[in-house]
Amino acid sequence: MYKILEKTSLNPTVSRMVIQAPRVAQKAQAGMFIILRADADGERIPLTIADYDRERGTVTIIYQIVGATTRRLDRLGVGECVCDFVGPLGRPTELDGLKTVAVVGGGVGCAIALPTAKRLHELGATVHSVIGFRNKDLVILQDEFAAASDVCELVTDDGSAGKKGLVTDALEALIKAGNVYDEVIAIGPLVMMKFVCKLTEKYGIKTVVSMNPIMIDGTGMCGGCRLTVGGEMKFACVDGPDFDGHKVDFDEAIERGRMYAEFEKHAYEKDCNLFGKGDNA
Amino acid sequence: MSKEKNAMPVQDPQARAKNFDEVALGYTEEQAKSEADRCLNCKTKPCKCGCPVGIDIPEFIQKIKVGDYEGAYRVISQSSSLAAVCGRVCPQETQCESKCVRGKNGEPVAIGRLERFVADWHNAHKSGEATRTPSNGHKVAVVGSGPAGLSCAGELAGRGYEVTVFEALHTAGGVLVYGIPEFRLPKTIVADEIENLKSRGVKFELNTVIGRTLFVDELFDDGFEAVFIGSGAGLPNFMRIKGEDLKGVYSANEFLTRVNLMKAYREDSATPVKRGKRVAVVGGGNVAMDAARCALRLGADSVTLVYRRSEAELPARKEEVEHAKEEGVEFTMLTAPVEVLGDEHKNVRALKCRKMTLGEPDASGRRRPVPIDGSDFELQADVVIAAIGTSPNPLIKNTTAGIDVQKWGGIITDENGATTRDMVYAGGDAVTGAATVILAMGAGKDAAEHIDVAIKAKHARR
Repeated sequence: MYKILEKTSLNPTVSRMVIQAPRVAQKAQAGMFIILRADADGERIPLTIADYDRERGTVTIIYQIVGATTRRLDRLGVGECVCDFVGPLGRPTELDGLKTVAVVGGGVGCAIALPTAKRLHELGATVHSVIGFRNKDLVILQDEFAAASDVCELVTDDGSAGKKGLVTDALEALIKAGNVYDEVIAIGPLVMMKFVCKLTEKYGIKTVVSMNPIMIDGTGMCGGCRLTVGGEMKFACVDGPDFDGHKVDFDEAIERGRMYAEFEKHAYEKDCNLFGKGDNA
Repeated sequence: MSKEKNAMPVQDPQARAKNFDEVALGYTEEQAKSEADRCLNCKTKPCKCGCPVGIDIPEFIQKIKVGDYEGAYRVISQSSSLAAVCGRVCPQETQCESKCVRGKNGEPVAIGRLERFVADWHNAHKSGEATRTPSNGHKVAVVGSGPAGLSCAGELAGRGYEVTVFEALHTAGGVLVYGIPEFRLPKTIVADEIENLKSRGVKFELNTVIGRTLFVDELFDDGFEAVFIGSGAGLPNFMRIKGEDLKGVYSANEFLTRVNLMKAYREDSATPVKRGKRVAVVGGGNVAMDAARCALRLGADSVTLVYRRSEAELPARKEEVEHAKEEGVEFTMLTAPVEVLGDEHKNVRALKCRKMTLGEPDASGRRRPVPIDGSDFELQADVVIAAIGTSPNPLIKNTTAGIDVQKWGGIITDENGATTRDMVYAGGDAVTGAATVILAMGAGKDAAEHIDVAIKAKHARR
């Protein structure tokens, strides 16, 4: 069992948990992920490591409530435990030798992009961040990004905070302003990463994306998380989750991500019906 | 005396094809005693030579004859840590029972069924703590809690070692929990066997991936004097044909893990699985049979097994093939998949297949399948499961210095189970590639004996 030491709400649907998991904390690096089961009947879900403290033996996760499992996870409070918490899994993001980098985060993907931005900043790289959200109520980690970046652009779809527009608009503006990047690192919804890659391809800038396919074991034993990268089959859990964005078949990944959409909708509604009334009582 | 085995009561095929309850129901005391009476108690014990862990078979059967079931269990326990499992899943027809003298003129003694009876009796009647061997002060780490690791751990615990088993998943048992379905091996049986090991002092650390959470080198730093690697062959092979990324194409590992480990067969499971109406399973081994029979139980109207050779070459156990047929799995032999075809939403709609004919024998000694030109046809399917084998997971090799592997990924060991790195041993599918539960158990047990010798030798030299 893995104890929840802290829990904070970042916006109405996104929360942060600090979890006691000394062994995971010991080996964690930016870009790696964990798999957890909230309770003994639960499913296994992957979440990226948002932060870690080796001395305290803690790992921070940030999750958005999108379905039954994240909702069940969110019902747990400080002092309670998640049933299983395994990791760190995957390969760390490769940051060596990068001098000037644009880090692009979309929605809850910003939680995953932040440790990367922080690490680059610590390594002395010039970091330009572009973080995008649907509206001002959903903005998270703005101050943390500002602290880790030389330039931090906030955009919202409706213009209710920062500039109005998409992350691709802000990124293109930075490029057109004459900024030259060794690499763009994009983390967020598949559609966002796809369009960031389309943009950077045009400008010939190497782009790394963090893929988020459906996973079960996370150790390479099932291939449920397989992707096509450069025409080859890759397992995101062991070969990634980072890949060269210009080689990823995003349309295939988007389709595969929808495989259980109906089941998930049903599970979420059933869960709401079971517990929803209790929440309001 | 009967020339035939006492029949094993089984669930009716029609009924069982719709549930995940165990198919074979086990002997009653009366049936077990009657079967035990068929044993001639040979002095030469040929059956024992056929058992990969060398159980003294006539000895335990004699105890059944007199109703000393606990005594029979103790005899088995001297050689095997997983009697209830092996009695169920061993291919006895090619092992102990193939050597039974009675098999020369009739059916052999049903050794597997008797082993199962004894183990189930023990688990139903056991009381209190098992006898623990006093600690000899030495620590050994076991990587992987599948059959090889459990067997190695059990053997070492019996010799007084402090054993810790590291498991990547949240439940111990390896293929026994994620691969073999409930209806062949109920998960409570595996849990009981794990509890038996715990009561004998074996510690389990779940959610620990060696090669990620901890490295082999760190295990030595933590005071373990030897490491046994029983990490299996969990890396699935894919068909390498077009359309393999369509929605509805599973590796057998993924399909079975969802169904068995995550219990997706239950309506209330939090883990989804696509319940196909028409399911095609590619392959002919036990894993293919398990996947096909699971698909049927999840409510498929039809399940078709697609195999590129003929029925005579099916690598699965005969009993499993018969069970699958009785339940309604259709066998399409001499057929190979060519492409998975999808609809506009990228869902599987059919498996394009090609007819084969058998040519000259290949390196494996089996006649090689040769495609027949112009024989392509479409098999309607909404789920396709690839059960065409697995390879050893490369994680430990990639993160541990000094462990040499074969070109195909198997860890290289000598006849004692020792790898190319000092005090690191390996066994089971991690060494041989996908094989059987009992061979893995035999390898785990043998390695344990050699680890014992090696550790004692090191200390004698000091």
